[in-house]
Amino acid sequence: MSWQIKPENFGCPLPAADGATVQLAHGGGSRLAAELIEQTLVPAFADPVLSRLEDQAVLESPLGAGERLAFTTDSFVVDPLFFPGGSIGELAINGTINDLAMGGARPLYLSVALIVEEGLELAILRRVIADLGAAAKAAGVRVVTGDTKVVGRGSCDKIFINTSGIGAVPAGLALSAANLQPGDKIIISGTMADHGMAIMSCRQGLSFAEPLTSDTAALHQLTAAIMAAAGMPPAAPAQKANEPEAGQALRAMRDPTRGGVAAVLTEMARASRVGVVIAEETLPVAGPVRGACEILGIDPLFVANEGKLLAVVAPESAGAVLQAMREHPLGRQAAIIGEVVAENPGLVALRTALGPHRIIDLPSGELLPRIC
Amino acid sequence: MKHLDEYRDPALARKLLAEIAAVTTRPWVIMEICGGHTHAIIRHGIDLLLPRQLELVHGPGCPVCVTPVALIDQALALARRPEVIFTSFGDMLRVPGSRESLARIRARGGDIRTVYSPLEAVNLAVQNPAQEVVFFAVGFETTAPGNALAVQQAARLGLTNFSLLVSHVLVPPAIGALLAAPDNRIQAFLAPGHVCTVEGLQDYEAMAAAHQVPMVPAGFEPVDILAAILLLVRQLEEGRAQVENEYRRSVRPEGNPAARLAVEQVFQVCHRTWRGLGEIPASGLRLRPEFAAFDAQCKFALEETGEMESPQCISGAILRGESKPPQCPAFGKECTPEHPLGATMVSSEGACAAYRHANRQ
Repeated sequence: MSWQIKPENFGCPLPAADGATVQLAHGGGSRLAAELIEQTLVPAFADPVLSRLEDQAVLESPLGAGERLAFTTDSFVVDPLFFPGGSIGELAINGTINDLAMGGARPLYLSVALIVEEGLELAILRRVIADLGAAAKAAGVRVVTGDTKVVGRGSCDKIFINTSGIGAVPAGLALSAANLQPGDKIIISGTMADHGMAIMSCRQGLSFAEPLTSDTAALHQLTAAIMAAAGMPPAAPAQKANEPEAGQALRAMRDPTRGGVAAVLTEMARASRVGVVIAEETLPVAGPVRGACEILGIDPLFVANEGKLLAVVAPESAGAVLQAMREHPLGRQAAIIGEVVAENPGLVALRTALGPHRIIDLPSGELLPRIC
Repeated sequence: MKHLDEYRDPALARKLLAEIAAVTTRPWVIMEICGGHTHAIIRHGIDLLLPRQLELVHGPGCPVCVTPVALIDQALALARRPEVIFTSFGDMLRVPGSRESLARIRARGGDIRTVYSPLEAVNLAVQNPAQEVVFFAVGFETTAPGNALAVQQAARLGLTNFSLLVSHVLVPPAIGALLAAPDNRIQAFLAPGHVCTVEGLQDYEAMAAAHQVPMVPAGFEPVDILAAILLLVRQLEEGRAQVENEYRRSVRPEGNPAARLAVEQVFQVCHRTWRGLGEIPASGLRLRPEFAAFDAQCKFALEETGEMESPQCISGAILRGESKPPQCPAFGKECTPEHPLGATMVSSEGACAAYRHANRQ
């Protein structure tokens, strides 16, 4: 038998592509990597800039006169990857949109970077990517650049996602945790603790009479409605670029993710050197979530949300903002939960249903269920 | 949650507070023995609403707080073994032993897992036949039935790689020890609701009669606690000492016979050292000799180690109701939930943690 070595056959042997799992080669500059990008990532986002597959996205300036850029990045790790009400893909898109929206920005462009563990089933990866694409499409933002790395088994937990985002901030708008003033009202857009308790019940295999579902959602349209109600339309006049309007009615917005409502309010109280008082009986918590929190001995104030926001508003605009929130599908259960006070700067107090106040202190570690 | 709302009704709570104020004519000292009660009292601010003459003192009813350092050191020794998957309820992870905690060992790569039920640990033993799965069986009469069922299940499955590190404690002997102390100030007890749900009222009736102290098992909602305090104050003012059951929706006089039977089949009463209280005769549970194969202390021939408490920590006095957390010089300074010196600051049911989380001074 005679045979000849052909240079074209003499390459780095690709790992056997069994077609069902992610291989280390999916992360390199290999054919498998190209296939993954071209067949899976590109169609999911269907963006002409991304489809060029350059190392960078060169974009038309979105900015009108006086508008400024907002830029943010966040990484998402969650177990399980899919849970009632959402998935890591939806969280990764919505979370970054929300980070932009809380600064009053109109989200425009996102990047998506995936770190995938060797051995992950391709079907799962495809599902995650499809969720990323669907969430971006639903929110009306463009994914314009991205990256994929595959790491050895055990180097990461199935899949980690980093998303970065760019948005445009209207002229004259300056929202900040440091803006709070005594008398301001604190408004929450809906029920607390839905996401965190859904994940916890799923992770621990706890089931309740009514299933708990994550609240993951992109909040930029709700923030636009809030800004409009507070007299700050996204297309604000341009003459006062980069200068906050004196006494703007909307002081700050934050999405209470990890650490929950308690962490955000504490951060705001410290940044503004004011006190915050919230009333226990006004805090919205869905029945099943409340039941789960009771059983596990966990305070919903500290549990993560992924589709809620806190808005701090001057008292004269609070009614209009609350009404605008309630008219939006993501704010139907919005409620005024408390107000900013001059006393006890840096501290958040909860007025219990019986009357006494107690200071809300941040938990010192992970949330752990009680022992008996 | 409608059922729960009735027990949080502010109007009903105010009515009870007014009644308590009306019947209180003298100073009285009431101990809530259970950490769950301590937390509910602080969380709802109940102690701030009571008449000044009524003093609530916090008892040793937190399983994390009373687990002795020596036993935590044994848990740490087990958790360091490469062949062991050490399982525990979450609260035990951060409790300091002599030198470190389970959480630190986990951060260094120890296979330590938080479980919600001992049966989860049994399942881990089934799934990991090459590993030894140890469950840290801490707690009062409330967690003992679940742990008994786990041992019975492991025996049924013929598992040889599952064991318990047992640190069970019993409430009535601790109440007896507190009352027998020469400087005892406690005049009445808010009895532990969950414990009485399992054990029933017999022991408490005997204790109330023997020591002439009123005892009222209570639920964990504000209205429960206030209603129980009202019953206790009425008894104190009238010179009665009985068990009156405030927690009728959960506690039956005979307790839970199925749970009691499981405990009796698997465990036997033993002497037990309580952190902060010392050894109390017949105050604990250990596995019966026929279940010795499931006893981690026998199986791994664990050695007793010396106790090394922080000299600054006064958690013993706090657990005996002699001191309150802010009276400790280290409270909020050297000792915080992030860097606890003692178990009362670590445990979510500990009195120091309750004060700290509510920023009470």
